[in-house]
Amino acid sequence: MSLTPQDISRIANLARLELQPEEQARMLSKINDFFGIVEQIRAVDTTGVVPMAHPVDAMPGSHIELRLRPDVASEPNQRDLNQRSAPAVERGLFLVPKVIE
Amino acid sequence: MTTLHNMGVAELAHALQTKQVSAVEVATAFLARTGGNPHNTFLDIDSEVTLAQAQASDARIAAGTAGPLEGVPIAHKDVFVTRDFATTAGSKILSGYRSPFDATVVQKLSSAGMVSLGKVNCDEFAMGSANENSAYGAVTNPWDTTHVPGGSSGGSAAAVAARLAPAATGTDTGGSIRQPASFCGITGIKPTYGRASRYGMIAYASSLDQAGPMARSAEDCALLLSAMCGADLDRDSTSLDMPAENFSAKLGDSLAGLRIGIPKEFFGDGLAADVRTAIDAALKVLEAQGAKLVPITLPRTELAIPVYYIIAPAEASSNLSRFDGVKFGHRASAYTDLVSMYKKTRAEGFGEEVKRRIMTGAYVLSHGYYDAYYLQAQKIRRMIADDFQRAFAECDVIAGPVAPTVAWKLGNNASDPLADYLADIFTLPASLAGLPGMSMPVGFGEGRLPVGMQLIGNYLQEARLLNVAHQYQLNTDFHNAKPEGV
Repeated sequence: MSLTPQDISRIANLARLELQPEEQARMLSKINDFFGIVEQIRAVDTTGVVPMAHPVDAMPGSHIELRLRPDVASEPNQRDLNQRSAPAVERGLFLVPKVIE
Repeated sequence: MTTLHNMGVAELAHALQTKQVSAVEVATAFLARTGGNPHNTFLDIDSEVTLAQAQASDARIAAGTAGPLEGVPIAHKDVFVTRDFATTAGSKILSGYRSPFDATVVQKLSSAGMVSLGKVNCDEFAMGSANENSAYGAVTNPWDTTHVPGGSSGGSAAAVAARLAPAATGTDTGGSIRQPASFCGITGIKPTYGRASRYGMIAYASSLDQAGPMARSAEDCALLLSAMCGADLDRDSTSLDMPAENFSAKLGDSLAGLRIGIPKEFFGDGLAADVRTAIDAALKVLEAQGAKLVPITLPRTELAIPVYYIIAPAEASSNLSRFDGVKFGHRASAYTDLVSMYKKTRAEGFGEEVKRRIMTGAYVLSHGYYDAYYLQAQKIRRMIADDFQRAFAECDVIAGPVAPTVAWKLGNNASDPLADYLADIFTLPASLAGLPGMSMPVGFGEGRLPVGMQLIGNYLQEARLLNVAHQYQLNTDFHNAKPEGV
């Protein structure tokens, strides 16, 4: 199976990446090279195999639990520190382009 | 006393505790070596910060409140966030980023008394096998500067090999500690998934990422790993709920009767002759110490490549969605609306390999392809993990090469990313299973470039791996070899 230029445009949009035309062409060829080695996985018989999302799931005698911590504020307020690397901030708020007209 | 920069972690810790040398003297000696940034290893250095930490160490030593690694310097891979140094993950999108906190691993090593020398180079977001994907330039291999140091923890490995630091932190998603350790002739260990906290480690593929130490010997790695690991239940949902372990405890155990599994798939046609020769010789050393070699099979070794390069990019495409130019990092200067701001910011901020993995990941997760690729890969991932459990019924540890060849030439695979992927074949299976794995130097191949042997253990068997490596290092001297001029 090969991807098409349309696939690349569609995924680039989903991934929120603006690709230049020559970048798109290179992306298409490299990703298709990669899918050349991926095809072998489709031939593997995985009937009845439970997907493994997580290594803890494979440890004998272990099982993954979604651990939740108590719902209490545990982090100090560090707004200034948290915002010191932000590209645009005003009065403690992150600025973005207008979303609603 | 040996020159300070030629001392390892254990030696330095001892010299500091017995007050033969001060932490400030040690820090000053290493800082002096980083001048001119040899091999392009460091991304951020701040001698004031380092010396202030060293002074604090000296005060604790004087007060009798020193930690186990008090005053010993360490460099941190740039995927660990740090309060006192910039953190970029090797990416332009995080240029100049300052974290409000230290990663748990960084904080634990500081609590043990370690002094931070700064941040070291790596592949962008740890995506690479040669350290050529860093936005801040490639790192060169101290053994031959026309060759790569391996990746993604290439800066960490080169810093230790060139004696710019006695130790460094690394992270391993598909081999990123073991392979650069192998290429640079040092020792490195990736513990069982969940041993070291991922809090503050910039995420690449969350079900695979694991932190570990890189240093000169197994003895040093055991000390560092003991300080790094431990449950972090409130901050890392996949942290293992286990007490801290002393990984040095079994270093002295005899290897008599140890069953070493030799997977035939690791010794096929793809393995270069020079690497094979070094590995075979190392196995003979272990046999002479009483270990027995047992032939085993890991039949899905080759499948680990497509399985990993589906699962890791899928997780990366999700993890890297946070880099959107809103809360931190780079933002494009010209855009029309919010979506165009996202797209231009990410286009400008990410390098080519990162974009390729985001695209691959988004594709295999997209409607119509999820079952055929992502879910199928997760099923084969379980089969690979099961293969290891079958193998460990017959052996105690598994040994083989870390990589099929020694370090390749810089730029060699620049136009062929697939070649880098294929070279990860021997490290990917243990990563997918979440098993501990390590690399130890066992000789030299073509061009006098180092060869590393990989040891893989069952879950939580880090102490066993370190024991095997330490016993080997007691009988050989490859871990003390250093590049010319160092």
